[in-house]
Amino acid sequence: MEYHALHDAPFVFPNDAHPAWSIMIVIYPYITGMVAGAFVVSTMYHVFHREALRPVARLAVVTSLCLGSCATLPLLLHLHQPQRALNVVATPSPSSAMAGFGFIYSFYMLVLLVDVWLLFRPAIVERAHSAPGPWKNVYRALALGVLEITPRAAEIDRKLIHALSVIGIPAACILHGYVGFLFGAIKANPWWSTALMPVIFLTSAVVSGIAVLTLLYLFLCRSSRMEPDEECLRSLSRLLWMFLVLAVTFEFGDLLHVAYEREEEWHVIRELLVTKLRFSYLTLQVLIGALLPLLILPIPAFTRVATPAFRHACTGVAAVLVLVQVAAMRWNVVVGGQLFSKSFRGFVDYPVTWLGREGLLAAAVVLAMPMLLLWGAMKLLPVWPPNPESDSGVKA
Amino acid sequence: MSLFELPILPMSATIAAGGCASGGCVTGGCASGGCSTARPDQASETSRREFLKTATTLTLGAMSLTLLPGAMAGDESSSAATPPGGGHPDAKKPMYGFLIDTTRCTGAGKCLTACRVENSVPEGQARTWVERYVHFKDGRVEVDLVPEIGYAASGEPQPEAEDVLRAYFVPKLCNQCVDAPCNQVCPVHASIKSPEGIELVDADRCIGCGYCVQACPYGIRYMNHETNVADKCNWCYHRVMRNEQPACVEACPTGARVFGRIDDPDSEISKRLATLPTSVLKQHLGTIPLTRYVGLTDEVT
Ligand code: SF4
Ligand code: SF4
Repeated sequence: MEYHALHDAPFVFPNDAHPAWSIMIVIYPYITGMVAGAFVVSTMYHVFHREALRPVARLAVVTSLCLGSCATLPLLLHLHQPQRALNVVATPSPSSAMAGFGFIYSFYMLVLLVDVWLLFRPAIVERAHSAPGPWKNVYRALALGVLEITPRAAEIDRKLIHALSVIGIPAACILHGYVGFLFGAIKANPWWSTALMPVIFLTSAVVSGIAVLTLLYLFLCRSSRMEPDEECLRSLSRLLWMFLVLAVTFEFGDLLHVAYEREEEWHVIRELLVTKLRFSYLTLQVLIGALLPLLILPIPAFTRVATPAFRHACTGVAAVLVLVQVAAMRWNVVVGGQLFSKSFRGFVDYPVTWLGREGLLAAAVVLAMPMLLLWGAMKLLPVWPPNPESDSGVKA
Repeated sequence: MSLFELPILPMSATIAAGGCASGGCVTGGCASGGCSTARPDQASETSRREFLKTATTLTLGAMSLTLLPGAMAGDESSSAATPPGGGHPDAKKPMYGFLIDTTRCTGAGKCLTACRVENSVPEGQARTWVERYVHFKDGRVEVDLVPEIGYAASGEPQPEAEDVLRAYFVPKLCNQCVDAPCNQVCPVHASIKSPEGIELVDADRCIGCGYCVQACPYGIRYMNHETNVADKCNWCYHRVMRNEQPACVEACPTGARVFGRIDDPDSEISKRLATLPTSVLKQHLGTIPLTRYVGLTDEVT
């Protein structure tokens, strides 16, 4: 197969003129990635005992749960027949990669839900006794009627939390690796079709989860006039840097391979990168989103230069940039993959609309919803770790 | 073809051949209303034995197309004069094929209108189209779409004859892949293969996820703007089940489009397949298309 100067004599298949996947399919892996990433941070504490992460360990699981609760929203908004959405689990086709989502997602959410419940059970039970007025009943309901925790029950809870965290690691990896597979397994599209896609998605997911958690932590500390924990931020910066190195290695290593081998798809991909994706890929995903944080992060991660406030600012800025990087990566994969025709002879435009079910406004609402949920959850549950002396035996 | 290339047929999706009693149209955009397909959930379950039989038939049919054109000429059972559609559910399912002879296509565009009318295809979308390849003397190759109203009526400036080395037309339609990626990726069994090997969309099941649109390497599928479900060329399955030719074939004035039974050595398509060298689009993707071409150049993607 030969590719010709795509822009000299463009030719687009008639049905390729309207990309089938909208911005909602950009947001879907973005949110799912954060779900998996935030959970991985919590396991760093609960399973791998990184004590420095104690301040954010509970916040991480609650954030993951809130994000996870909204993960199916963009899909629903995208479906042209949303009233049939449940058919994916009712009459799934075993040959379809997409059919697995309902099951993988439900399993992961179940693990997460039970994990969160066990983690907060002491607090819920305590509030079921002490909360004022109608709140008492809310906490009684949340406690599922069990209003006492014996030392033996606390011990069982502790073991269960550990077990669920362990199970949650592969579940989170499968959840997001699977999202990558949805794209990587499409042989019709040379920009998507790579065996590395699940790994690329997974590493970028972890990166986005750490970044969103870091920002949340900084924001919550500032808004409640709390001094952020120096060691916690250092640990988050290290993790972020390490996973960013991995993500970048996989993302660009894969591209380098295609480019160097001059595989047949390279011609169309090169055109894509230097024309349509020049800003979103080269500028946002590579320079601003990856290179800059890779340079900034070692300051708070590995040094003690300047003031703590400066280092915290470095961590915050890097986290924002990383979130931009991952958003750009999702955009470049999902939208970029639909910008060239399967004729490989021409590009199409991607119409971005503000209004409508799949517009930018709806996308902003979908992205804001997990944060609203988190705000609600924080009113209900104590996401900050309890004081060690009041610790009720369950590892916070 | 090896055993590993056995086509995967959805066991729950038996499409009853014959008249449409239920009105449960699986093809969606059928204008005539004469769709002769029953919804898979209304049709009887295909038994395992029948599944294997169908799979084997399909594989053999594909073999005859991809490897041994005309090789089944001596197969007594396959040359039985069963009419298309069979009529009897137990009758051996016919095997169909489509041949595009690019050397005969003149870009008249009659097929385009015929298809749009027959299948109520919305404006801006297409079940079939015709590409024009113009090789200029300076080495450039330009490709464009044959306008449905024809080049003359379109008023578009045309290349000067003295600049052109050669030009040819390539009609595109569903390749009815034996190992169809669109079918594989559909999460809800809305992309189904008829027992005759024709890939159909069940408009009553489609959730409109668009995954099949992404998976088709040939740009054949589209999300129908009007029905909001996936849609595609189905070789006019409703017509074929009525013993008629697809609308585009009937409309083609030059015989560039040939449709028929590839398990019947006396059919026009079998005779042409036996004598002409043919190839398929994007063969390297392993989709095993049933639509075959005469005169494809490597410019054609
Ligand atoms: S050409 Fe496309 S729509 Fe037709 S069967 Fe093959 S993959 Fe499916
Ligand atoms: S759009 Fe419809 S036919 Fe296509 S994969 Fe989704 S559910 Fe199946």
